Amino acid sequence: MNPARSEWPLWEVFVRPRSGLEHKHCGSLHATDATMALQLAREVYTRRQEGISIWVVPSTQITASDPGDREMFFDPMEDKVYRHPTFYTLPEPVNHL
Amino acid sequence: MYTQAMDTAPREDRQAAHRTEDQRELERRFEERIDAGDPIEAKDWMPEHYRRTLVRQISQHAHSEIVGMLPEGNWVTRAPTLKRKAILLAKIQDEAGHGLYLYSAAETLGTSRDQMLGALHSGQAKYSSIFNYPTLTWADVGVIGWLVDGAAIMNQVPLTRCSYAPYARAMVRICREESFHQRQGFDALLTMMRQGTPEQRAMVQDATNRWWWPSLMMFGPPDSESVHGAQGMRWGIKRISNDDLRQTFIDAAAEQAMVLGISLPDPDLKWNEIRGHYDFGAIDWDEFWRVVGGDGPCNRERLAARVRAWDEGAWVREAALAYARKSSGVQQEAA
Repeated sequence: MNPARSEWPLWEVFVRPRSGLEHKHCGSLHATDATMALQLAREVYTRRQEGISIWVVPSTQITASDPGDREMFFDPMEDKVYRHPTFYTLPEPVNHL
Repeated sequence: MYTQAMDTAPREDRQAAHRTEDQRELERRFEERIDAGDPIEAKDWMPEHYRRTLVRQISQHAHSEIVGMLPEGNWVTRAPTLKRKAILLAKIQDEAGHGLYLYSAAETLGTSRDQMLGALHSGQAKYSSIFNYPTLTWADVGVIGWLVDGAAIMNQVPLTRCSYAPYARAMVRICREESFHQRQGFDALLTMMRQGTPEQRAMVQDATNRWWWPSLMMFGPPDSESVHGAQGMRWGIKRISNDDLRQTFIDAAAEQAMVLGISLPDPDLKWNEIRGHYDFGAIDWDEFWRVVGGDGPCNRERLAARVRAWDEGAWVREAALAYARKSSGVQQEAA
């Protein structure tokens, strides 16, 4: 069999650790389909009750920002200090706002 | 468990002259990030030698976890109680999990799982030499937890600060689980020493005698002979030298042996007030290189067991893939 076709597809695994928290990326694994990916994710990433919910997503379905564009992409926010509450100095009686 | 410091890949420094101005700029920025302690992620630019060193180290580490299941698997059916059997099964499942975290981390560097497994099965890739020793009695399982996993933890904790972030993250998860491995081993030995028969106590001493020196070899060759120590340190792949880690381990194990009430098989082992460390005898590095080179007591058996498991599982992997393709085809038609 062609090796490229015999390797199981890669999935990214996201786990919600507790009720009320968001799912967080915790790793990846190989599985033939979504059902198997969920089962394997349970065995690989939650052997000690690390989660109460799992998402699996085919790795090929994730679009990521380019690390080479990091500065161009994120630096425009650098000089917008007025977006932070600490930018504003208010008189003592109302400084808790 | 753990990986061993062994550099077998050719250096590429000689190519330095051929680098373009752009490449040198990229390298300069990479070194700056390393110096600043900025973690390196999978898609970031990195020198080819850094990438290859990591693929080799992480995959060796993954192979060690997987092969490490074999000596312990030897005792699953003969564990003395149901409790010990459940513990051993959980530990072995952890080793499989650790292997999977690590293979995933190595894959982010652009090497496929099948390529790595191919390298292991052909004998081209190495795994930790410790797993080429046999597990002769039940006490071996306890001693592996105490000494082998103990040495592994010493080695692995600094790796949680490795400059390559996917590896460091895998190591955080592994280290969290590894502590159970060492404690269950010590607990099993303590039970034999405190509640066991004279024969069982002798078994613990015998297993310790056999595993002590191979455990010390797990930290890799002495710093004076370590081929890639300096570059690994420079790049933040390695944080503490082989000899320093080994000394820390010996200091800890010497105290733990006293709690167990056994001796360590080294007549030169003695507390040195001036150094503030235990002195110890010479390690047989010829044995180490022999085992690394493929001529240990179990090298052939271990590799054969891995290859057989892989080959005999081929039809399962193919059938699962065929089923998934067929099912997704049916879904697409229905939609």
